[in-house]
Amino acid sequence: MINWFRTVAAVALSVSVTGAAVAADKVKVGFVYVGPVGDFGYSYQHDLGRQYLQKQLGDKVETTFLENVAETDSARAFEQLARSGYQLIIGTSFGFMEPELKVAKSFPGIKFEHATGYKRAPNLSTFSARFYEGRYIIGQIAAKMSKTHTVGYVASFPIPEVVAGIDAFMLGAQSIDPTMKVKIVWVNSWFDPGKEADAAKALLAQGADIIAQHTDSAAPLQEAEKAGKLGFGQSSDMSRFAPKAILTSIEDNWGDYYVQETKAVMDGTWKSHDTWGGLDAGMVKMGPYVNMPDDVKKMAEDTEAAIKSGKLLPFKGPITKQDGTVAVKDGESLPDKEILGLNWYVKGIDDKIPQ
Amino acid sequence: MNPDIVQLVLVTIVTAATPLFIAAVGELVAERSGVLNLGVEGMMIVGASVGFAVAYMTDSTVLGALAGTASGVLMAALFAVLVIGLAANQVASGLALTIFGIGVSGLIGSGFVGQKRTAAQALWIPGLSDLPIIGRLFFGEDLFVYAGIALIALVAYFISRTRAGLTLRAVGDNHTSAHVLGLSVGRIRLLAVLFGGGCAGLAGSYLSLVYTPFWSPGMTAGRGWIALALVVFASWRPWRVLGGALLFGGATVLQLHAQAFGIGLPGQLLSSVPYAATVLALIVLSWRNRRGAAAPAMLGMPFISDR
Amino acid sequence: MRIDLEPRAEPSRWASIAAPVVALLLAIAIGGVVVALLGKSPVQAFSVYFIDPLSASWSLQALAVKASPLILIAVGLSFCFRANLWNIGAEGQFIVGGALGGWLALATHDGAYQQSLGGWWILPAMMLLGIVGGALYAMIPAILRVTLGVSEILSSLMLVYIAGYGLDYLVRGPWRDPQGFNFPVSVTFDPEATLPSLIADGRLHAGVLLTLAAVLIASVVLAKTMFGYEVRLFGAAPKAARFAGFSERTITLAVFAISGGLAGLAGIIEVSGQINQLQPSISPGYGFTAIIVAFLGRLAPFGILLAGLVLALTFIGGEGAQVAMKLPLDLTSAFQGILLMCVLAADVFTRYRVRIVTGAAR
Repeated sequence: MINWFRTVAAVALSVSVTGAAVAADKVKVGFVYVGPVGDFGYSYQHDLGRQYLQKQLGDKVETTFLENVAETDSARAFEQLARSGYQLIIGTSFGFMEPELKVAKSFPGIKFEHATGYKRAPNLSTFSARFYEGRYIIGQIAAKMSKTHTVGYVASFPIPEVVAGIDAFMLGAQSIDPTMKVKIVWVNSWFDPGKEADAAKALLAQGADIIAQHTDSAAPLQEAEKAGKLGFGQSSDMSRFAPKAILTSIEDNWGDYYVQETKAVMDGTWKSHDTWGGLDAGMVKMGPYVNMPDDVKKMAEDTEAAIKSGKLLPFKGPITKQDGTVAVKDGESLPDKEILGLNWYVKGIDDKIPQ
Repeated sequence: MNPDIVQLVLVTIVTAATPLFIAAVGELVAERSGVLNLGVEGMMIVGASVGFAVAYMTDSTVLGALAGTASGVLMAALFAVLVIGLAANQVASGLALTIFGIGVSGLIGSGFVGQKRTAAQALWIPGLSDLPIIGRLFFGEDLFVYAGIALIALVAYFISRTRAGLTLRAVGDNHTSAHVLGLSVGRIRLLAVLFGGGCAGLAGSYLSLVYTPFWSPGMTAGRGWIALALVVFASWRPWRVLGGALLFGGATVLQLHAQAFGIGLPGQLLSSVPYAATVLALIVLSWRNRRGAAAPAMLGMPFISDR
Repeated sequence: MRIDLEPRAEPSRWASIAAPVVALLLAIAIGGVVVALLGKSPVQAFSVYFIDPLSASWSLQALAVKASPLILIAVGLSFCFRANLWNIGAEGQFIVGGALGGWLALATHDGAYQQSLGGWWILPAMMLLGIVGGALYAMIPAILRVTLGVSEILSSLMLVYIAGYGLDYLVRGPWRDPQGFNFPVSVTFDPEATLPSLIADGRLHAGVLLTLAAVLIASVVLAKTMFGYEVRLFGAAPKAARFAGFSERTITLAVFAISGGLAGLAGIIEVSGQINQLQPSISPGYGFTAIIVAFLGRLAPFGILLAGLVLALTFIGGEGAQVAMKLPLDLTSAFQGILLMCVLAADVFTRYRVRIVTGAAR
């Protein structure tokens, strides 16, 4: 009888030991998304990054994700992953900052990464992408292509990333045509296709002939296509939604970063750090330049190359604020810390920043 | 102001109002029979996903719209089994239907994320559609708009002018006497609920086939709730549903125009205008005729025949 | 064939226990078939969904924390719904309560020195402000109803959106953390403004105790007091209530104040105990989910307690299923819907005798 027990116990033990052994040589990476993976925008791009990671590292890595996680309710999602044996946990929305920080403190042995925030811990890194670099390029393209000298801009929320995007867009546009005007509509949502479409319609009706957007759905671009005007894609290559209207897209590309960080966890070289990568690092990618004359395409490619090589800095002085004060002196450039917290418009924008 | 802008604004308002009034007029019929279905958002989102999926696979907007409508009817049938067949609580069943619909639509739609279709073509009558200001408004909308308005006219006529409409109202106002008179309360309510589901499904497919021709999860973005509110707003009268939808759609669209125009008010303030306007309009209406418009007396109450 | 329902004089005791159990089993069976069709193990899904969250201290704490706002709001709503008044704007009252209570935390925080200006009184005062904020916001639809006859369904729903945009404005503007790189969040609350944890290093905060207290008090008020009787009578037989001289006006205002106050309290508990700062959005739809909880709990405080825990369990189990089995979130949502419908359907056996009649109608 006792022997029988021993055998069972030994078998059980060996099973659990092998189980642990298998788990040990696989690195488990968990993602927490703020939206549904089917949004074809922000969360979708992060999930493409996850799939890329899975493909690159194959059976050396196991990935999973929690989607549509409410920001204020997200501590549980991070804890769930931490307690389920995930060694690298990645939160992709600014609103996850405090909950993720809290959970990271309770699990010092687990590595955490947080996108678009600024609070770090010994086991919590931050990362984001310099999307404003892409916006400088599309600003230049818009200035070349617009006949009415007016661009319509569908914006989500007045956070620094979006405001900096509008400024960079305008600086790019003004570098080509100082008379460019931008009309801005805030839809107060990252994702509401109907409202985004209505906003684009309003902008087109008021004389904009190019639509730029900082919201997630393809609806504004589609409205441009319907009206026979032009537009830009957001987050991914959206050309299939508007083959005639699209000029280029600003694509998010997280995959390489995820592979790099996962490898660092595998090698034991992972360290808490801040990454803010742009075109150069490949975190921001430009979609194909289409529906434009060759000289405009050439200009866009040149600008892209100049930004990549560091020759061109979108926030290089002299920059005047909307109220006429000097934001950046000639010969200087806006430091990263200020771009990260930007809350003023450059001169030439009529709108007021919603406070 | 430039007449072209006026025309574009008017057309945009109608487009924004269309999914609202199509869904609301269906819910109105269900509520007139005495059944409160809070699952409009759920039926709409399923209609949006099924409508897009079928339209994409068959490459036909009409088939998509039909399938979207049918899926709304199916969802409503599920609801009817619960609240008519089993006398379950209507408020909770409707909310459960919405949760269920959000999940099901996501499962159905997951294979169609990132796919696109061309939007349904708008009507174009040479001459008439070219008229300034009103041309496109009256003669250049897409077919859903005309179908939706026809639906309202039909429902208005049905409720006030036909015998069957009288029966519907009788059931909604006093199911016990209706039953005593020999009316089949359950069957009439079933038909009304199925009609409401069909309308919600059609309204949902309008979103994914015309408004923004692609599928994405949660794309109804609360429009089902607005449709429910519009029925109350309209005090259960069909034409007022259209008025309410145009008011709400108008406030939504005009605040976007105000922003594009550079009016300089906080975006949050402007975004809340449609909701505040709805309440204000209702206050004004109530001021004029206090207690003038009551809900169907049996709204929300299950009917149990005592035998 | 048709189904005949015959009301029971008394709800069946046996059926009221058996019905939810049968419903749960039925829902699990349906869910199991779907999971099997997707090629995953139904047994594992069951374990991940229903057993795992109940077998660890951290997930039990998470369960209580998640259920707490749902229960608190639903208890308040049960007063309204019992009186046949339809407050569906609890979400807005939750937001206003959280914002007003949170305002005190921000007002007593000394930004320059990163320390608190207050003491022990801050937390009770925040809770009180939460209640007051929610109750006052609920007064708008209540007053519109008693004075002008404006439908409370519509006005309370519209006020949800307005409250949401209002908080959004405050957090992006005047209440923004000055050191926060202009991101739309307030400062993190001081310890004096944070509900303490009941378990060292755990997430179970003291707000859960307030929820339990509310359940107890509400059950006494509803069952044992004159006011509770008035509310019940008013819902069941409005004519008789008016005949007995009860004031419709007073009851309407009172039940809206109670439901708004409890929703506001839930809001400030969530802000102070869980989020610890103000954000543009502070609720993942608790005010709406609580409507289901209220009805699932048959509008009775202890029923609501149970219903809130069950619903919270499905949220947590659903997250576990996403992580452990890669089951999509949409499946969880669909399953929640099925579970709720089964429970609602089974409820019929408690209140009615059910007969299936074959052949022609009488």
